Amino acid sequence: MNQIPALIRVFAYLSILTVGGGMAAFPEMKILTVDVHHWLTFPQLIHLYSVGQMAPGPNMMMIVSIGQWAGGILGAIAVVVAFFGPTAVLAFIVAKAWKKLEKWPWRTSIQQGLAPVSIGLLLAGCFSMAKGAVTGTETAAIAVGVLLILMQYKVNPALLVLASAGVGLLTFIPK
Amino acid sequence: MTESATKPALQPDETTARAAAVSIWEIFLEFLIIGATSFGGVVPYLRGSLVTKRHWIDDKEFVEMLSISQSLPGLNATNMAVLVGEKLRGVLGSIAGIVGVCLPGGLLMFAVGIFYRQHGEHVWITAALKGVAAAAVGLILSTVVSLSKKALTHNFDFVFIAATVIAVNRLHLGVPRTLVAVGILAVLFHRPCNAQEGSVKP
Repeated sequence: MNQIPALIRVFAYLSILTVGGGMAAFPEMKILTVDVHHWLTFPQLIHLYSVGQMAPGPNMMMIVSIGQWAGGILGAIAVVVAFFGPTAVLAFIVAKAWKKLEKWPWRTSIQQGLAPVSIGLLLAGCFSMAKGAVTGTETAAIAVGVLLILMQYKVNPALLVLASAGVGLLTFIPK
Repeated sequence: MTESATKPALQPDETTARAAAVSIWEIFLEFLIIGATSFGGVVPYLRGSLVTKRHWIDDKEFVEMLSISQSLPGLNATNMAVLVGEKLRGVLGSIAGIVGVCLPGGLLMFAVGIFYRQHGEHVWITAALKGVAAAAVGLILSTVVSLSKKALTHNFDFVFIAATVIAVNRLHLGVPRTLVAVGILAVLFHRPCNAQEGSVKP
C-alpha cells in the first residue's frame, strides 16, 4: 500500500502547527501517526523523538525515521519536504512583510500574544509525551533531575540526554 | 534582550559588504557544518557561526531574525536558515541554508530509524530509551521555563498558557482550533493600547 500521499498530507499539516517549536505539533502528531495511520506505536514515537534530541540539527529530524518506516527512502524524503517546505515558504514571504511592519503597533501585540500560546502548546506537547515517558518514580526522577540541572547549570542538553541513557541502562534492565 | 545586542560586532555597511560576496556553496557549507555539529540546540551555534565567525549578519539582525522565527510556525533552526539565506542570496540562499542545516541530522535519523526498527526490542535498548525519553521530558520543561522568562510580558499570560494546555490536553480541541481561539484572545489582550500596563519586565 502506498503511504506517500498520506505521509505528505499528515506532515504538511503538522508543519503549520509548529508554532514556537516542534513540540507544539506533538499531540496532533501522536493522533495522526499512531492512532489514525498506525505507522508506529506510541512508545516508538516517544523513543524516536527522544533519541532525536541527541542528533545535531533541527530537533524534529526524527520525522525522517517515521517516513522511512512507512515509505522507504521516498517516504523519508517526502516527509522532510512536506514538514519543512510550507513553513520555509511562509518564513520567506512573511519575513519581508514583517520587516516593513516595524512601526505597526499590532506587530508587537501579535508577538506578545503568541508567546504564551506557543509556550502553552509546548507544555501541552510535553504533557502528552510525559503520559508515555514518565511512568514511575525513576522516570519522574530523571525528568525532574534533567530540568533542575538545566535550570541551574550551563550543560549541553544532548549530553544530559546521553547520560540519562546510561542511567536507564543501570536502572531498567530486568535482573 | 541580550546585552550584546546593543553593540553590534560590525558596522552595518561592513556587514553588508561581506554579505555581498557570499556564494550559494558557502551558505550551504556553513549551514551543513552547523547541521552536523549543533548538538543540544541549534540557536547558539547559529550565532557563533553567522555573527561571530562569518560576520554575515550582525547581532541586532540576529536577534530580529530570531524573534521573527519564533513567532512564525516552523522550527527556529530552519526558519533562521531561510531568513539568513534569503538575506545573503535570495531564494537559492534560503534553499542552500535549509538543506544544509537539515541534511546531517536527517541522514543520522534515517540510519537510527532503521537500527531502532531492527533492535528496538532488545532489553538493553529499551532500558536506555526509557531514561532518554524521561530526560527529553525534562528538557522540554526547561525550554518552557526559559521561554517563559524571556518571552512573557504580562502576568496574565499564565492564564493563556493554562487555557492552551487545558484546551489541548483536557478538552481535546486540537492544536489548530486552540491556536486560533486562544491566540486571538491573547493578541487582543496585548492590543496596542494595553501593551504598556502591568508588565513583568520594566
